[in-house]
Amino acid sequence: MSENILEIRHLSKSFGSHEVLRDIDFTVSSGDVTSIIGASGSGKSTLLRCINLLEQPTSGEILFHGKDVVSGAVNNAAYRAKVGMVFQSFNLFNNMTVLDNCIVGQTKVLKKGKDESRSNAMRYLEKVGMTPYINARPRQLSGGQKQRVAIARALAMEPEVLLFDEPTSALDPEMVGEVLAVMRDLAREGMTMLVVTHEMAFARDVSNHVVYMAEGVIAEEGEPKELFANPKNERTREFLSRFLENN
Amino acid sequence: MTKFVELASDISVLLSKYAGAYFGGIWKTLALALVATAIGCVIGYLCGVLQTIPHTKSDSAVKRFFLALIRVVIRIYVEVFRGTPMVLQAVFIYYALPYFSGNALRFDNIWVAGILVVSINTGAYMAETVRGGIISIDPGQTEGAKAIGMNHFQTMLYVIMPQVTRNILPQIGNNYIINVKDTSVMFIIGFSEFFAVHRAVVGATYKYFPSATIEMAGYLCMTLIASFILRWIEHKLDGADNYTLVENDTLTMSAGTYSYDGEGESDESRERIRQSLKHGRSRGER
Repeated sequence: MSENILEIRHLSKSFGSHEVLRDIDFTVSSGDVTSIIGASGSGKSTLLRCINLLEQPTSGEILFHGKDVVSGAVNNAAYRAKVGMVFQSFNLFNNMTVLDNCIVGQTKVLKKGKDESRSNAMRYLEKVGMTPYINARPRQLSGGQKQRVAIARALAMEPEVLLFDEPTSALDPEMVGEVLAVMRDLAREGMTMLVVTHEMAFARDVSNHVVYMAEGVIAEEGEPKELFANPKNERTREFLSRFLENN
Repeated sequence: MTKFVELASDISVLLSKYAGAYFGGIWKTLALALVATAIGCVIGYLCGVLQTIPHTKSDSAVKRFFLALIRVVIRIYVEVFRGTPMVLQAVFIYYALPYFSGNALRFDNIWVAGILVVSINTGAYMAETVRGGIISIDPGQTEGAKAIGMNHFQTMLYVIMPQVTRNILPQIGNNYIINVKDTSVMFIIGFSEFFAVHRAVVGATYKYFPSATIEMAGYLCMTLIASFILRWIEHKLDGADNYTLVENDTLTMSAGTYSYDGEGESDESRERIRQSLKHGRSRGER
């Protein structure tokens, strides 16, 4: 039985009177690759941003190794250093080169030495195939390249969980492949991942747990094979059939 | 025409006699403007960082109170020193010290008084400039920094401020140039900078126009050199226009990547490639 890393308990989030998330409950264990699917506006990204405390949940608990991080008992910055995040819009630091993007967190947050940080950064940049570009700046890269650097930056912090917020949604179709390839390799190596995605093939083939969200609640969750082949909820069936038609 | 010849001879007479005084004035003006702009920038950055400390409803009441207090104090500072003339601020600050201490304390060093006044004035403008600069940075940059565990001050120091500095550099240049010119009002507290030299010289020679011409040329030289240096710094901060690949990228499936390998190339061919990349004629082999 693998250890529970993240436990989301009765999580709710409102923006004003608008309730975006209602009573979300699920668990991420070590080595899990969880895909969160659902229509736009169903609260997927908000859920991920709540987990990383970029949004403050209205109520509920997020337990990281059994300790609640919402109440403020755990230092936000220290918690975020252990929970990596890859954004839809990359959010690479524009004032730094590719290599510095992957080094700065290690030297400034983890307080590692320069040489160790550098070799670490190079190792992860190699994993995503971006070592040729270490001297480039983000504005000089394509979307797919930026996203691979963003993944390397998150990996260089050696997080326990990696959150992906629609990592391929801002990419041209021909660049989606290179990012998904990297993510597939990570999953194979046993990285614990939580992926908000519209890539149904990825959700089905790579993840071992799929969460379908609709209107701020988890409508259905389960093993990908089971959920894709034989959805129990009416809305899940409708959502999936729409996607299968398009692809 | 003869008038111009006369002007030239007047100027040369003035310069032969008072060149040392003029250059001393230029030096003082430049030093005051430079130091005061630098300190003003520091004040502005501090205000910018303090003003943008995030606060949420879940913070303790004490923390929220202090953050609100900081914002109010900065607001008052900015409005007071942006909304009053610097010549008046100079008098106000210069005479405040002896007034409140019953003449026990005063500004013995005119430099201290001058730098204090101009710094505080510049700081008020810079506070707003920096605040605007911070707002203009994509919130994604902050989120990216937060996501790797940086706190507010680390985020500001390593990610936001370098980008803000690049963006507000033209405005810092503006402030410096304004300070070069506006330090001329500091004669009111007896600071003898470039313009004060003019007052002294015409008091002795009555050559108003020739001296004013020298002053015009002097101020213009100072500001033009400043503009030039600032442009150069901006260019430096932008970094290189291109980059060298270290080895081949194996994962890229898309077109438009350069298969150029910087190792072992001659300077000449590297320069050629740099030029062609810059002008977009060739995008390399695909």
